[in-house]
Amino acid sequence: MAVSDICAGFRLSFPDFSLDIDTRIPARGITAIFGQSGSGKTTLLRCIAGLQQCEWGRLVVRGETWQGERIFLPTHRRPLGYVFQESSLLAHLSAEDNLQYALRRARPVPPRDLYWRVVALMGIGPLLQRYPQQLSGGERQRVAIARALLVSPQLLLMDEPLASLDAARKREILPYLERLRSEFELPILYVSHSIDEVARLADHLLVLDRGRLAASGALAEVLGRLDLPPGLGEDTGVVLEGRVVERDARWGLARVAFAGGELWLRDSGDAPGQHLRVRVLARDVSLALASHGDTSILNRLPATVAEVAPDADSALVLVRLRLEGEEGESGIVARLTRRSADHLQLVSGKKVWAQIKSAAIVK
Amino acid sequence: MGFSDTDWTAIWLTLRLASTVTVLLLLIGTPIAWWLAKSRSRWKGPVGALVAMPLVLPPSVLGFYLLLAMGPGGPIGQLTQALGLGILSFTFWGLVIASLFYSLPFVVQPIQNAIEALGERPLEVAATLRAGPWDRFFTVVVPQARPGFISAAILGFAHTVGEFGVILMIGGNIPGETRVVSVQIYDYVEMLEYDRAHWLAGAMLLFSFAVLLGLYLFRQRRSRAGIGVGA
Repeated sequence: MAVSDICAGFRLSFPDFSLDIDTRIPARGITAIFGQSGSGKTTLLRCIAGLQQCEWGRLVVRGETWQGERIFLPTHRRPLGYVFQESSLLAHLSAEDNLQYALRRARPVPPRDLYWRVVALMGIGPLLQRYPQQLSGGERQRVAIARALLVSPQLLLMDEPLASLDAARKREILPYLERLRSEFELPILYVSHSIDEVARLADHLLVLDRGRLAASGALAEVLGRLDLPPGLGEDTGVVLEGRVVERDARWGLARVAFAGGELWLRDSGDAPGQHLRVRVLARDVSLALASHGDTSILNRLPATVAEVAPDADSALVLVRLRLEGEEGESGIVARLTRRSADHLQLVSGKKVWAQIKSAAIVK
Repeated sequence: MGFSDTDWTAIWLTLRLASTVTVLLLLIGTPIAWWLAKSRSRWKGPVGALVAMPLVLPPSVLGFYLLLAMGPGGPIGQLTQALGLGILSFTFWGLVIASLFYSLPFVVQPIQNAIEALGERPLEVAATLRAGPWDRFFTVVVPQARPGFISAAILGFAHTVGEFGVILMIGGNIPGETRVVSVQIYDYVEMLEYDRAHWLAGAMLLFSFAVLLGLYLFRQRRSRAGIGVGA
């Protein structure tokens, strides 16, 4: 086992739900714990935090045992930060006192500049004198995230921190989460049932289904699988990591290169060299046996069929495609009618042209 | 006419008794209230009922049993004798012990309600911020459940001031030792000294009203301020 990993195994059963998971999570970057409601995401997070008693548990974080046969570190002895789904600021304390509550108890004592660094990172300087009931939902979550950072955690647990917010507030907070990831060397476990958030934030992905681990691995790899149990339906799609290589001012487009090819996308204003993440939904990918120039679709890439699998919708199939380019290879998924797949006689190994109708830059 | 010297002695004794009992009850009642609010034990029901008994029991019944318990053959009596304290019935400290039982539910229940209303979440939040159990109690439970503690103190104090039946059974009527205001009033009425009884009874009436008015105003103000986490 790598010392930089988190080994987490928990078993517990309620009358209507049981959790049985034993897995390894990389202790770096953002690992999303994804699944439908009732899949056990929050329960798993609470087990890791020591807030949930379980029948059997094992938790080793970067070589330190937090929980085992004869060991159970109580929550306040685990060096973690926790952001709850709904507002969790202590109501009798101002925003600043909430932060100080964490800072005073942080062990080891954090560097002196941590407080102002975190306040600046979360943009909450003007809010410090207010009480929780005087803050908006988004502001409260930003203070709560800052507070979790101030206990100098070795692991940050976030339980759907955006779930209680409307779309506008979510857009307000997401950039702060991205800054958090790039500025702190802190592994984050991020529970979410929103594939959009996952696609934007996560590096690794655990998929839970009814209390069991259904898939885990790097984000692109897991999203490229055709057998994900919840069946993402319209949201099925992959994420490609790329960088801007050229901007075309005349047409307002940018050329983005990724391992396996290049895409022309609507210019997001990012300078050449900028790394970004592109989401390609399976429903926006169509297949042809030959490359047609007379089509409105800008992005046509040569691809090889890797796998054909049934969709949850019996009229459709999912096709996993391998894109090979000079920089390596990537996978994308197409969602077609079963009839089209039959017509094109798609089988593993067949050479096709993938036509990508649209792709979105997610960050 | 005003209060006589014996009246003042009785008033002073009553206040001393009520203050002592209130302080002790906050110390004893808080862990009981905590346990009743948090426990999932099957003993929770019986213990809760036992604590609430003085609410429905005639004070003379409670006083009778306490008198026996504090007597030379009773468990409390044997304990106090073993500790070299002698027999406590018909003493000030006997009244204190009796009042602890008698006023217990008035202190336990407001605190228990406040702790239950708080829920688990603020405590879980504090635990994730490295606060240990005592730290959580003093920095989260006490400030957030403060209205419950204040109600408990006021009710415990006022109810002890108003005690009569239990005191008569345990303490009798010893000036400066067990003759509290309520017993003094009873004496006046027995001796047909209605004027003197009026003064003390009127004072008790005003005191009780002022205490309860204060409590209601305080609760009204608090109910507008949030507790728990967030808003």
